[in-house]
Amino acid sequence: MEVEEKIVSEEKKIWGILEKINDPEIPVLTIIDLGIIRSVKIAGLFPHLSGEVCITPTYSGCPAMDMIQHDIEKALADNGYGNVIVKTVLSPAWTTDWMSEQAREKLRAYGIAPPLMQEQVCTPEIFQEDRAVPCPRCNSLHTTLISKFGSTPCKALYRCEECKEPFDYFKCH
Amino acid sequence: MKQALIDYTLHLADNALVLCHQNAAWCGHAPNPELDIALTNISLDLIGQARNFYQYAAELINAANDPSQDPVTEDTLAHLRDAGDFKNCLLVETPNGDWGQTLLRQFLFSNYQYYLYQQLSNSSDPQIAAIAAKAWKETTYHLRWSSEWVIRLGDGTEESHARMENALQELWPYTHELFIPAAYETSCMEDHTGADLATVKSNWLEKTAAILSEATLTIPGNDFAQNGGKNGKHTENMISLLTEMQFMQRAYPGCVW
Repeated sequence: MEVEEKIVSEEKKIWGILEKINDPEIPVLTIIDLGIIRSVKIAGLFPHLSGEVCITPTYSGCPAMDMIQHDIEKALADNGYGNVIVKTVLSPAWTTDWMSEQAREKLRAYGIAPPLMQEQVCTPEIFQEDRAVPCPRCNSLHTTLISKFGSTPCKALYRCEECKEPFDYFKCH
Repeated sequence: MKQALIDYTLHLADNALVLCHQNAAWCGHAPNPELDIALTNISLDLIGQARNFYQYAAELINAANDPSQDPVTEDTLAHLRDAGDFKNCLLVETPNGDWGQTLLRQFLFSNYQYYLYQQLSNSSDPQIAAIAAKAWKETTYHLRWSSEWVIRLGDGTEESHARMENALQELWPYTHELFIPAAYETSCMEDHTGADLATVKSNWLEKTAAILSEATLTIPGNDFAQNGGKNGKHTENMISLLTEMQFMQRAYPGCVW
């Protein structure tokens, strides 16, 4: 029982380390905010501690994933968890619904409109009337889609017709 | 490990890689910045899908090979195989043509990938299912974007309509191959690792007809099929495409970024 408790405490420490790693493209979000970390599992205790951190990519081709994996490996090694490996899992597929409310608020404050709920737009139907994306600066719903694709795979480009500012929308996925 | 599953996984990877490479040639050349960003973003999703399939193929191949052999990797599979080893459909290797032709090719292929991945997300092979479920979500965006642009250009000006009609005449003979199963596809369909192409075809035809009709384009009556890519018999364009794509690793073996 005592060993199990110690393992849980080591896992908590690792979550604490991961909490300090930011997404390289959207530095206001941690990788935990984004929902990239799926699990942390430890087997054994020091000096025989080993285990794995499971991560899942946002988009299949997101170039930030290699960097995120490297950042995690480095942070783990720096904190004495060099035997904990990072494993990529694809299933279940990542969704913006895993993003915390806190993460949505951080995005908004950073000037990126957070994703609307998934069922709103993720279908191939053409010329659909999407629910209006509120401007992250002035909250106006009077906004226009400029481009379905943006500076990273996870974003689309919008313009606010009230405050006239262009902004990124973190698209639902 | 079953050879058919290896070939099937390579086929899926090759389709994504070749189309990704072809689209990437438009980077900096598309008619406007939004379209440029869109097509390169689609390429990014495709390279991600290709990598996932190549990594899985490499795992299967290495498990089947003698351990004394050099292991294959996603990179050796992409950069060190010859045209005859590639199993992509001919459609993805067709020349880019004008912007309308590239766009129409994207629509025809995204529409195929959409229904294919939808089925594959229920594959009895868990890794194929996981890759497909993820890729399916990305393809949804590709299909929606390309459908809308096929309609805008088809039902646009006289000039854009004429160009889209020409593109459709050019590409249509390459669409039949998508649904003519290679032996490895039949084998994978039978053990439920692969998709049932007959179902994919009926879904694809229905959607294609709806979008092309909205775009005021006429589906060619010609049923002549260009075929062979899935079994390594490629068009001339595939050679120049690979020559460019594989140049660095061929000229400087093992070079790293």
